[in-house]
Amino acid sequence: MSRLPLEGLLVLEFSQYLSGPVAGLRLADLGARVIKIERPQGGDAGRRLSIKNLWTDDSSLLFHTINRNKESFTADLKNPEDLAVVKKLIEKADVLTHNFRPGIMEKVGLGYPEAKRINPRIIYGAISGYGKEGPWKNRPGQDLLLQSMSGLAYTTGNAKDNPMPFGLAIADNLCGSQLVQGILGALIRRHKTGIGALIEISLLESLLDFQFELLTTYHSSGLLPKRSDVNNGHPLLHAPYGIYETADGHIAIAMVDIKQLGTTIECEELAAFDQKDAFSLRDEIKSVLARHLLAHPSAFWLEKLHTNDLWAMEVLDWQRLTKQEAYACLQMEQSIQTNGKSITTTRCPIRINGERIFSPKPAPQLGQDNKKIIDELINGSRLGNRQSSIGNS
Amino acid sequence: MKPLQDIIVLDFSQFLSGPSAGLRLADMGAQVIKIERPGIGDICRQLYVSNVMIEGESTIFHAINRNKQSYAADLKNKEDLEKVKKLIAKADVLMHNFRPGVMERIGLDYETVKAINPQIVYAEVSGYGNEGPWKDLPGQDLLLQAVSGLTWLSSNRSDSPTPMGVAVVDILAGTHIAQGILAALYQRAITNEGSLVQVSMLESILDFQFEVLTCFYNDGRELPVRSEVNNGHAYLSAPYGIYKTADGYLALAMGNILNLAELLQCNPLKNFTNTAEWFVKRDEIKTILADHLLTQTTDKWLAILEPADIWCARVMDYDTLVQENGYQMLNMELKVKTSNGLSITTTRCPIRVDGEIFASNVGAPLLGEHNSLIDEQFGLQEVTVNGRAKSRKHKV
Repeated sequence: MSRLPLEGLLVLEFSQYLSGPVAGLRLADLGARVIKIERPQGGDAGRRLSIKNLWTDDSSLLFHTINRNKESFTADLKNPEDLAVVKKLIEKADVLTHNFRPGIMEKVGLGYPEAKRINPRIIYGAISGYGKEGPWKNRPGQDLLLQSMSGLAYTTGNAKDNPMPFGLAIADNLCGSQLVQGILGALIRRHKTGIGALIEISLLESLLDFQFELLTTYHSSGLLPKRSDVNNGHPLLHAPYGIYETADGHIAIAMVDIKQLGTTIECEELAAFDQKDAFSLRDEIKSVLARHLLAHPSAFWLEKLHTNDLWAMEVLDWQRLTKQEAYACLQMEQSIQTNGKSITTTRCPIRINGERIFSPKPAPQLGQDNKKIIDELINGSRLGNRQSSIGNS
Repeated sequence: MKPLQDIIVLDFSQFLSGPSAGLRLADMGAQVIKIERPGIGDICRQLYVSNVMIEGESTIFHAINRNKQSYAADLKNKEDLEKVKKLIAKADVLMHNFRPGVMERIGLDYETVKAINPQIVYAEVSGYGNEGPWKDLPGQDLLLQAVSGLTWLSSNRSDSPTPMGVAVVDILAGTHIAQGILAALYQRAITNEGSLVQVSMLESILDFQFEVLTCFYNDGRELPVRSEVNNGHAYLSAPYGIYKTADGYLALAMGNILNLAELLQCNPLKNFTNTAEWFVKRDEIKTILADHLLTQTTDKWLAILEPADIWCARVMDYDTLVQENGYQMLNMELKVKTSNGLSITTTRCPIRVDGEIFASNVGAPLLGEHNSLIDEQFGLQEVTVNGRAKSRKHKV
């Protein structure tokens, strides 16, 4: 990779856990220098949050996954000396992100007006759970809770199941991604106008945006989305959309004409249904299909479906997926060396000029870059010079 | 000034992945022009869901394509292709989500486009990348969920693999391509050079699983195990999940089991004194909790748990949510109007800039609605092919 798109940009990340840090990770992979500003005691609370009790060092593997390719600077924001140094960093920075509850940054004296006063060119990105106003503003902005409150839990699983969450942190992930979009948009504008911006986004708005198709349909029809009784794939979509068990596994079938499907898989019972009933009779159609597909292995059905160019794929788990040639040729995995250990993780999903972006730099130890950052950004002026040469239009 | 004012985006993409990125760019201020086939247009115009239609078109088309313009052009027709090339010469971004090889056959591959406009940001979304045995397979959301391992994360252990009930792969791929486009536009502002930006749906959905995949890669490639009951996340301890109460549902995120035992007066939970058990014995704990929570209403439980700062929430459907002040305060609903006067309520862009929301009321375009406007804006009325000036009208 010759030159990454965000080279020369300096990002200060006050964010913790996932939503803000995942935005920082993307900015870092795209070329920005990302410095985590962490509490001297413990730092990002995500350092102590592990899954499957996997630890890389003092920090969890999870922290290492989310915070690779970043630096760490410790500062106690309640200590005036530390705060003064952080303000000097803000003076030099292009972007600042945080995901504290509303009011916290203001309390330490680093709210947007103050940051803007220090550096009018700063792009200030703030993530909240529910926005900075209203009755929910102080509620915990936690992913599962947001999924539950936003209606999302009524999209997955079958009609008779309890509301069912997505098994991954969708709100955090989307919100972080959208914060990146807002920050980059503001950087483009800053290049023309010279002025910074306040970018705000909440986990709740991110999840409502995510459901925009469902919500627009809800507003038009006045009807709640209904999961299908069996083999639900998407509450708005007609049969056969869903996942079906076969003699030896599962296959997914997306939008396919019912008659064509019936002919292709030689299911006479399907001939009784018309395409125009594919939504209203989806449970009946899906039930017929589910029984029929049990008779043969996945490969048998997929061969027929693919020969007719119908939209179907086998359901794989990670063990089978990672053995596929199609997976191998993505080169999605990268190895990262940290403290004599090697960690395998994923790379940035965006390719630039045909090149994959690999970023071998590991996550930082707490405060490991304090001296370097003071030398380069506070005492020296290396980055300051570089910025002035490219930052002004 | 909106962040992307004066940016021109030519969007050849269809369905959801590319067009959702186009929508974000449009809301941030770009002029987004959908380049559509005469007569049919974006196939999503005909993709009806729930049997709900607006103006004979699907609700989802209107949701995805508001705030854009439509230019009908037959890319197999030389004159039309010439016009599109003139547009390309003036555009900042070109985006498509055709299967690999299609843009090459049309003659609008990156090399050709770059020769017309070296500063352009050329963005493409594919299903599985441009190489390998799956490259020509349909890049459809459910199918990508199926092959990526994602379906083994939601629902309970004994259930079938369960897809997420929203087009999560399309949305994430759209989000990632928008990030790539914006980063490339920023770089262009600095260096004056365009770029090729590529995202595949498969890479996007793997990226979404980066935390749990990293766990898999480094822990002997063990597969995720969903909890037997009330699964919320295959890798998290009890109580993480959604529970039925006497009158509804309650979500409980990360929490201390002994603390919960005390607050909820659930004595059997007091036996789980070793925190490691909260993961290892999560099915047992969740079963006890599920039985106990059934005995009282959601309100009753929330009145106990919320003051104690336990991470909990009422599970709401849209009917309940839209009545809530916390929802209404967000002003998330947006009314847009199509050119023939139809009014639709949808959602707005979730990003606020300088404290303001973007609330354009421009609805989705009719097919070819902006042909003459765009011909005029870009001086395309008299595009010549083989030396002959022609002006050709489309029936759309």
